[in-house]
Amino acid sequence: MGQKITIEPVTRVEGHGKVTIYLDDAGNVSQTRLHIVEFRGFERFVQGRPYWEAPVLVQRLCGICPVSHHLAAAKAMDVIVGAGTGDGLTPVAEKMRRLMHYGQFFQSHSLHFFHLVSPDLLFGIDSDPATRNVIGLAKSEEFKHLAVRGVMMRKFGQEIILATAGKKIHGTGAIPGGVNKNLSPEERDKFLKGADPLNADKMIEWALDTLNLFKEYYKKHKDFIDNFSSFPSNHLSLVRKDGALDIYHGVIRAVDAEGKKIINDVDYQEYYKYINEEVRSWSYMKFPFIVSLGKEKGWYRVGPLARLNTCDFIPTPLAQKEFEIFKAVTGGKPNNMCLHTHWARLIETLHAAEMIKQLLLDKDLQGTDLVRTGKKQYEGVGLIEAPRGTLFHHYRINENDQITMANLIVSTTNNNEPMNRAVNVVAKAKMTGQKQITEGMMNAVEVAIRAYDPCLSCATHAIGQMPLEITLKDSCEKVLDVKRSW
Amino acid sequence: MEIIPDILIYGYGNPGRRDDGLGNAFVEKINSWIRENSIRNISTDSNYQLNIEDVEEIRHYKEVFFVDASCDETIRDFSIAPLNPHHEEQIFSHSVSPGYILYLCEEMYGYRPSSFLVQIRGYQWEFCEGLSSGAEKNLRQTVFALQELLKGKIKK
Repeated sequence: MGQKITIEPVTRVEGHGKVTIYLDDAGNVSQTRLHIVEFRGFERFVQGRPYWEAPVLVQRLCGICPVSHHLAAAKAMDVIVGAGTGDGLTPVAEKMRRLMHYGQFFQSHSLHFFHLVSPDLLFGIDSDPATRNVIGLAKSEEFKHLAVRGVMMRKFGQEIILATAGKKIHGTGAIPGGVNKNLSPEERDKFLKGADPLNADKMIEWALDTLNLFKEYYKKHKDFIDNFSSFPSNHLSLVRKDGALDIYHGVIRAVDAEGKKIINDVDYQEYYKYINEEVRSWSYMKFPFIVSLGKEKGWYRVGPLARLNTCDFIPTPLAQKEFEIFKAVTGGKPNNMCLHTHWARLIETLHAAEMIKQLLLDKDLQGTDLVRTGKKQYEGVGLIEAPRGTLFHHYRINENDQITMANLIVSTTNNNEPMNRAVNVVAKAKMTGQKQITEGMMNAVEVAIRAYDPCLSCATHAIGQMPLEITLKDSCEKVLDVKRSW
Repeated sequence: MEIIPDILIYGYGNPGRRDDGLGNAFVEKINSWIRENSIRNISTDSNYQLNIEDVEEIRHYKEVFFVDASCDETIRDFSIAPLNPHHEEQIFSHSVSPGYILYLCEEMYGYRPSSFLVQIRGYQWEFCEGLSSGAEKNLRQTVFALQELLKGKIKK
């Protein structure tokens, strides 16, 4: 009789997930699944609410990247109030939103690397789980400074968000057609000239240090980093119209595993012509795919690795230099190595720090022309690169300004198929023919998932504990038990 | 003479989930009290949830009060209890417990402030704003209790 191994919950990811690995009679991995067991509901919840509430409402999807939802919804509402996209906003509005977004990238990427990933790398994925965490870092004389840096980098990014979004809880900075505040000279100077380490220059220095730490690690563990859970895939992201990395605005580009463009810089208002979603019975999370390639071949990766595979260059000098080193590893071709996602994430962290400084030095942030509107529209799409990848927000409204339709495709949903494949690759490599499943082997599966930095609450649009009915059936579909959470 | 705040009152919760916003509402009430009485040694903060970077904030204080809503039926209206460091397996990074913040503070900085957990009983948690009447009543009682507790420590 075959054996079933369940890993639940998957740790050091954001949200709840469950992995099931099925072994056949010979001990071979026959099937793997990353189940999402939270309930989906936010798209329905916003229906009937006035459209201007959307940027504030939808960020409550999740506590980890509310800024992404706030901005994606605001971008969709820009279209609805007739401000258009991108250049439609005033310079101060666009730059304030960008500063907010780069602040979020900086804090989110820093947290992920220092607190979620570095314990695996520095202690080893087979090491004692009791110390393979941020407390282990803090207790270690060798690595304590990394735990402190992680906290300070996260704090810096959070302070940027506070200054641009207006408040820590449910920020309101972005509104349909613009923003509701600019950046005061005092706020600007705090970030430019703040006492060490909380200033932009120190953050750039630390981001560069962290990259060097990773590159040193890579030199010593090249085989592991190159081969762990690697598999070819398509890659999708926003890019600026000239091909630059741009996490706030641009056009949709997708490339295949060899670098051939399969979605060629299209307007995201028409994303639905290029992207579709498949529902599978065993998961609340949908499986998006590129329409022209179909369900089987059209799945793709999003996130840091995908972004560095789709863009042509990075528009800040230090990050561009690191990008060139990164691209040289694969001879300029797309990089399909799972753990190189961490490298890409650190290059983006450096880019975010450089962009924060560049924006802080821009006098437009003290401008007072905050909002622009035009002829009202009844449909709008907002697209943004969240730290974890491309985030789609699509809304329709009626004559009474109420939202009648909302479709959200979040980063983690875009990465659903890649994460499932990553689990499968690792499970086959680590568990086939094994008689005993070690904690290290189980963590290897989690390491593969963690590379995507998934936010599973977000992906299922959960709003806390939802009413849920669980039915237990045997193999003959006979109901053995039914439980309700309300 | 400049007085550096040595007491932090940190309320957290989601005001968009009714009584889950008790911690935040508590901080608003305390802020009014601080302003009205020109108290200079108490700082406040509030957030959606506790985050790992809060370690950096609490290390600057002698005493910290974490204030949260509670659905614990054994709490009649509120409770104030000393808080001990607690090392727990961290499943998520974006929401950590006050005990874990204390533990991490001690490990990272070799210091932890004397800390208390203030729990205020809530009753309704639906997805909308505004406290229930029972939570409002408990909030008033908790504010009064903490003001009494801090009476001998405030500096104006």
